[in-house]
Amino acid sequence: MWTFIHKWGSPKWFYAMSARVQPWCWAAALILIALGTVWGLAFAPADYQQGDSFRIIYVHVPAAFLAQSVFVSMAAASLVFMVWKIKVADMAATVMAPFGAVMTFVALFSGAVWGVPTWGTWWMWDARLTSMLILLFLFLGVIALRGAFTSRDGGSKAASVLAMVGVINIPIIKYSVDWWFTLHQSSTFSVTSRPAMPTEMWLPLLIMVLGFYCFFIALTLMRTRSEILRREINKRWVMDLAKEAR
Amino acid sequence: MAFSSLGAFFAMGGHGPYVWAAWGVTALLMAACVIHARIERRQLARVLTRRARRGGTSQPHQASHADDP
Repeated sequence: MWTFIHKWGSPKWFYAMSARVQPWCWAAALILIALGTVWGLAFAPADYQQGDSFRIIYVHVPAAFLAQSVFVSMAAASLVFMVWKIKVADMAATVMAPFGAVMTFVALFSGAVWGVPTWGTWWMWDARLTSMLILLFLFLGVIALRGAFTSRDGGSKAASVLAMVGVINIPIIKYSVDWWFTLHQSSTFSVTSRPAMPTEMWLPLLIMVLGFYCFFIALTLMRTRSEILRREINKRWVMDLAKEAR
Repeated sequence: MAFSSLGAFFAMGGHGPYVWAAWGVTALLMAACVIHARIERRQLARVLTRRARRGGTSQPHQASHADDP
């Protein structure tokens, strides 16, 4: 087990192994998202109350799931980096932050657009909406903090601490709809109970969520590999790699 | 199929602007993520080949699994 962790913690090993996994992740993401899109947009039945505007759920919910999962992943990677000094974990955390910000923005934007026909307003200082906005600022804060240091190590440590502290916002987001029920509805989708939707509605949603997760994994692998090259550019194995590719 | 015609599909039962705005922005941003990652990768590959041409000082040794540029 320990040798396994140490191997994946080595940038050279990670670079080589992730190259094998990556194409499968991209393929899975492409297939799942394509399937979910066609199914969700054209084949799922319209909602009896919301009509076709409910089809926004197929981008809104996966993006909101991802926004939170990316933050937790980033915080976990930061913890691994701080405790075991594994540099690949810090590189992964670096590339996760911008994608997390994008997903949070997508969740907020699609939610606002959905709110107009459904709630009659695009924004309200509802607990769920506000805590998601805080999540966006946390992502931007992590990115900015990392960039604010002249030394890479200082930036990495500061960004890691903010990510680990900021993770407290995640349970707040999750339970916000139950603790302060104002505008946003409670979750219609959970792992433990049967969804409050007919199968032909939630199945494409499940496919979309899985597709978004695959997309996240694939993109993170791809960008972590670039980050490895950027940071290890003076290392001998990277030089050898470049020579071999010529 | 939940729609009778292509026109009905685009109209989304009168909610077209909302549905297409949300989906459009999502698709655009996710595509941008992929394009950005590809540009980043290509630029790094270019820097690496330039360095390799100038010639590193290291001795040739086994670089395992070096399967892409």
